[in-house]
Amino acid sequence: MDKASPDAGPLSAPARRVRRPRRPWARRAPLLPALLFMVVVTQLPFVATVVISFMDWNALRPGEQGFTGFGNYAQVFSEPALRSSVLTTVRLTVGVVLFSLVIGLGAALLLDRRFRGRRVVRTMLIAPFLVVPVAAALLWKHALYNPEYGLLNGLLTWIWALFGGQHPPQPDWITQAPLASIVVALIWQWTPFMTLILLAGLQSRSLEAVEAARVDGADAWQIFRYLTLPHLRRYLELAALLGSIYIVQNFDAVFTITSGGLGTANLPYTIYQSFYQAHDYGQASAAGVIVLLGTIVIAVLALRLVSTLLRQEQS
Amino acid sequence: MSTGTKSAERSRRGRSRRGANRRPGVMWGLAAWATGLLFFLPVVWMVLTSFHSEADAATNPPSVTAPLTLEGYREFFGTSTGTSPWPALANSASAAIGSTALVLVFAIPAAYALSVKPVRKWSDAMFFFLSTKMLPAVAGLLPVYLVAKNTGLLDNIWLMAVLYTAMNLPIAVWMMRSFLAEIPIDILEAAAIDGAGLPTVLRRIVIPLAAPGIAATSLICFIFSWNEMLFARVLTGVRSITAPVFLTGFVTSQGLFLAQVCAAAVVVSLPVLLAGFAAQDKLVQGLSMGAVK
Repeated sequence: MDKASPDAGPLSAPARRVRRPRRPWARRAPLLPALLFMVVVTQLPFVATVVISFMDWNALRPGEQGFTGFGNYAQVFSEPALRSSVLTTVRLTVGVVLFSLVIGLGAALLLDRRFRGRRVVRTMLIAPFLVVPVAAALLWKHALYNPEYGLLNGLLTWIWALFGGQHPPQPDWITQAPLASIVVALIWQWTPFMTLILLAGLQSRSLEAVEAARVDGADAWQIFRYLTLPHLRRYLELAALLGSIYIVQNFDAVFTITSGGLGTANLPYTIYQSFYQAHDYGQASAAGVIVLLGTIVIAVLALRLVSTLLRQEQS
Repeated sequence: MSTGTKSAERSRRGRSRRGANRRPGVMWGLAAWATGLLFFLPVVWMVLTSFHSEADAATNPPSVTAPLTLEGYREFFGTSTGTSPWPALANSASAAIGSTALVLVFAIPAAYALSVKPVRKWSDAMFFFLSTKMLPAVAGLLPVYLVAKNTGLLDNIWLMAVLYTAMNLPIAVWMMRSFLAEIPIDILEAAAIDGAGLPTVLRRIVIPLAAPGIAATSLICFIFSWNEMLFARVLTGVRSITAPVFLTGFVTSQGLFLAQVCAAAVVVSLPVLLAGFAAQDKLVQGLSMGAVK
């Protein structure tokens, strides 16, 4: 707060100067602590990561540090495990974002209507997002997917018994479909996120246009196709991009449900593993830089979108 | 949907339309309830299982009507194993509350500078904050670890509080800016003419007027800090272990006790569920960094 005290100067001056202060530093002062903090805590580590990614640095072989140029990158791309983790990250992210977006859109359309107990349903739908991610992953792994007494196989037994079946199928979900198991658990957690953003989008559209279209004889599908969907486009994009940013970084579900086994190791997990278990700092950093570059592409798109939303708010 | 009919429409379509619309309306309501219940089912199952005995929890088909017991919770709180989750819960609370307080100290003046008195190039500053949120934290993990190791900050819960501050500050600045933009500029200018300094303006005017927004921001920052696990796993140890890390270690050391696992998941999730439901109406604004209201 001390940095802000020069602000008292122009404020005690005549009113005209209050609106157009001549001392930009005094106006910027309240912003500086936050800016400085973010640069130091978030930007410096990335710079360090880039530097380390060009080094030959393994904690188990001290004294052998040196620069290897693009050696670590060549290694990251030549090692099948790391290459496959890039692919896994893409499949995981695309799968979760796509499905949770479509289901979230359906849920948002349902919640946009008026019906009895709407607030209760909305609260129930938000709940999955408010379970701590690690707890949610544990819940799915043990209480739902477990082949012997998980809820999924329990329900199968039940349904089979209902029709007099003797031998219900009891799949071992995680072993038979490891990546799909993670994807489904994450869809469950992220659909509420998509629903909330899309619902906000639906509620911001003008009802007059919808009403006018209805008077003109448009049916529900036409209204959805030609009015609702175009209006929702930007919200769909925003939800997809923000969702991608979070899910590309997912660690908790992969770590908890499969420990990265059975071909489910995504890049964050691989980075964690190569530095935490193998102590290969150089290679972990190279993988980190690759994630960084991949995310920057998504991030630039997201930023452009947010800036158009912001400009609309200004005008 | 059928209630907002205009007179023109009513005269054209009349009673038949209303009658035909009634049943689809009910159907849509039922579909919404079915969707809500489907998503809520795993949560219900988690809570129900946490109150069952281990024997009843591990049956196939599931025993829904089994007698309820607090056994799972008693086990989780360490009556048999001797490892109490309280230190981990206290650590998570310290990191989450400490970082949320720090976030507000940084974010409120920053948001004030960005909205009430927009500095030149204010949108550049906004997008810098946002861009830090979009870069993957895992890419900065190693340098943070090395610095912490060499400065003796490893296994220190306040290091986690500082890192969580960096994690949440962009969200908080964006949220607070959109809340502060709603304060009428005249009130602030009047205060400025009266000769109030920045601390006074913040304390007397900005904070009271933006109180609901500040509360929502705090709750969302609390949730994200409480949930974090990757950094906590690498940077905390025996003393500063957080609740999510405790949860993963708890399962591997205990073997598989379903009721206990569910009890643990319920206890660790409870603060987040409460904070989330309290912030429900502002949740979307926080999650979209203020881009959507």
